[in-house]
Amino acid sequence: MEWKFALLAGVLTSVGIYMLLGRHMLSLVFGLSLLGSAANLVVFAGGRVRDGAAPLIPIGFSAPPEAIANPLPQALVLTAIVIGFGIAAFALALSVAAYHRLGTADPETMTDAEGQTP
Amino acid sequence: MSWIIAAPLLLPLAAGALALLAPRLGLMPRWISLGASVLHLMFSVILAEQVLREGVVATHMGGWLAPVGIVLVADIFSILMLVAVSGVGLAVSLYALADIDRRKESVGWFALYQILMAGATGAFLTGDLFNLYVWFEVMLIASFGLIVIGGRRAQIDAGVKYVALNVVATLSFLTAIGLIHGVAGTLTLAELPERLVGADPTTVTAVSLLLFGALAAKAALFPVFFWLPAVYHTPATSVTAIFAAIMTKAGIYAIIRVFTLVFPDGAAWEVLYPIAIATMVAGVIGAAAQTEVHRILSFHIVSQIGYIALGLAIATPLALMGAIVYLIHNIVVKANLILIAGIARRRMGTDALGATSGLYATAPILSALFVIAAMAMAGIPPFSGFWGKLALTQASLSAADWAAIAAILGVGLFTLFSMTKIWIKGWLPRTDEGTPRQLPVQASRALMAPVVALTVVTLGIGLAPETLLQIADRASAQLLDPSAYQAAVLGDQLSYQTAILGHPL
Repeated sequence: MEWKFALLAGVLTSVGIYMLLGRHMLSLVFGLSLLGSAANLVVFAGGRVRDGAAPLIPIGFSAPPEAIANPLPQALVLTAIVIGFGIAAFALALSVAAYHRLGTADPETMTDAEGQTP
Repeated sequence: MSWIIAAPLLLPLAAGALALLAPRLGLMPRWISLGASVLHLMFSVILAEQVLREGVVATHMGGWLAPVGIVLVADIFSILMLVAVSGVGLAVSLYALADIDRRKESVGWFALYQILMAGATGAFLTGDLFNLYVWFEVMLIASFGLIVIGGRRAQIDAGVKYVALNVVATLSFLTAIGLIHGVAGTLTLAELPERLVGADPTTVTAVSLLLFGALAAKAALFPVFFWLPAVYHTPATSVTAIFAAIMTKAGIYAIIRVFTLVFPDGAAWEVLYPIAIATMVAGVIGAAAQTEVHRILSFHIVSQIGYIALGLAIATPLALMGAIVYLIHNIVVKANLILIAGIARRRMGTDALGATSGLYATAPILSALFVIAAMAMAGIPPFSGFWGKLALTQASLSAADWAAIAAILGVGLFTLFSMTKIWIKGWLPRTDEGTPRQLPVQASRALMAPVVALTVVTLGIGLAPETLLQIADRASAQLLDPSAYQAAVLGDQLSYQTAILGHPL
């Protein structure tokens, strides 16, 4: 099962890096989001993917009586998704600000912070 | 559960939330921020006092014991970082009273500032790898806002580069965490070493290098430091100063913490040494080519992170002690120099070298403060930078490591060159153009007070270094022998498992 996740994470990483190198702010933002999804898949698969049993402990037991899905990676990924969403929102807002203030959506032509002001 | 360790973390978070709501409540965010910073330093000192007296303090949040729950741990290294950062945090929130105008305040500058402090505090106190990632994200998102508030063209441009490069580093960090969890089945730092013992060494090497790469980008180590000098000179001086004290320092803190505790040997240690020296050299050479004070100082941040990394790479108790002393000294002095450069820029309207000359004649006190901070940064005795460098040099001497000695002394010389360049071209009278502006009295007090306070700390470390050296020595011993740290986190783990499960896991 894990190999499917590994393959998908690999594809997402490649596409993400390709888009990250694109010459448009939107391409950059989507690239970052795809890389984020790839990282989330790695975290998820790292906790072992298992079909079936929900991570619940029946009343009267202090430990699960049989094998259950690992709930920890799900909690980790949920946190990471929320953070990734916040970053994507900020990056999109920044793209709009860059387009309005700098008059371009091409990161290559944004050089205001580089040149030395006399 | 010891609340004293959670207090320095909860306080700035609460203050950040309150500062966001403040305008609707008729309060001024700047005063909330200042009050919170005072309390933050107080709580940090109380915690530090307890750790120095009683040893490592650990608290299991929500009553879930490690390794199930998230643990907050304070050892001597954490509390040194915490006290230094909260001290500089207080100085900068005082400085910001005059530096940050009403418009920036109204879009949440002070709220983000407090959240940045919360993120740094969390990073220093957490005992869990994923939680460390979360606190880095908290810092990162707050720093995004702080960079672009003001909306100058250079800030937006810097923001784009900062976001792109830092998010990539962060995602590598997250991927490494996922893989470590896959290998070890835990993310509690104290438990990781024993869980990694039987693991496949190839996987551990790959994962540790991925983690090292991610944290190296956060710490601005060679060759992944280019985001820093592209960004740090663009926002308000208060932002540059607090970033210099917090962001890269949290990165190098995480490297020291994770690689002494979790991966005490392995491939990352072999690459660390050349990377440290390359970072030192690249930083000073980059600085030598710059002609604006804020840019010069930004490049020196990179070079000084190299010194700290070099101390870690040599890895003897003395070298690590030197790295810690240098780290603490650098947090204070770097922020101070940037604050001084900010006052100079404010008075001259520019910080291009050559256009700011003549400050020495009209601002003798500020000039004296600049000289003290600059000499401290170059490591001239008896100022504070000297002691860390001395310990590092001694450690390299006893290891007969001539390359390291050459790097330490040579890069120190270049730093002195940079400081002299700023002094001659920026402060001494050379041309007639540009007359310093006189600042309003109230603004000038709020700007000068933190600079004077930080200078007193610098002089204190320089003239009476015994206390800091002793504490750093204990911190270094604790890092190299983490048994006390592990015992504090996991001490009651077995009894807990037995109580809940009826048997140890």
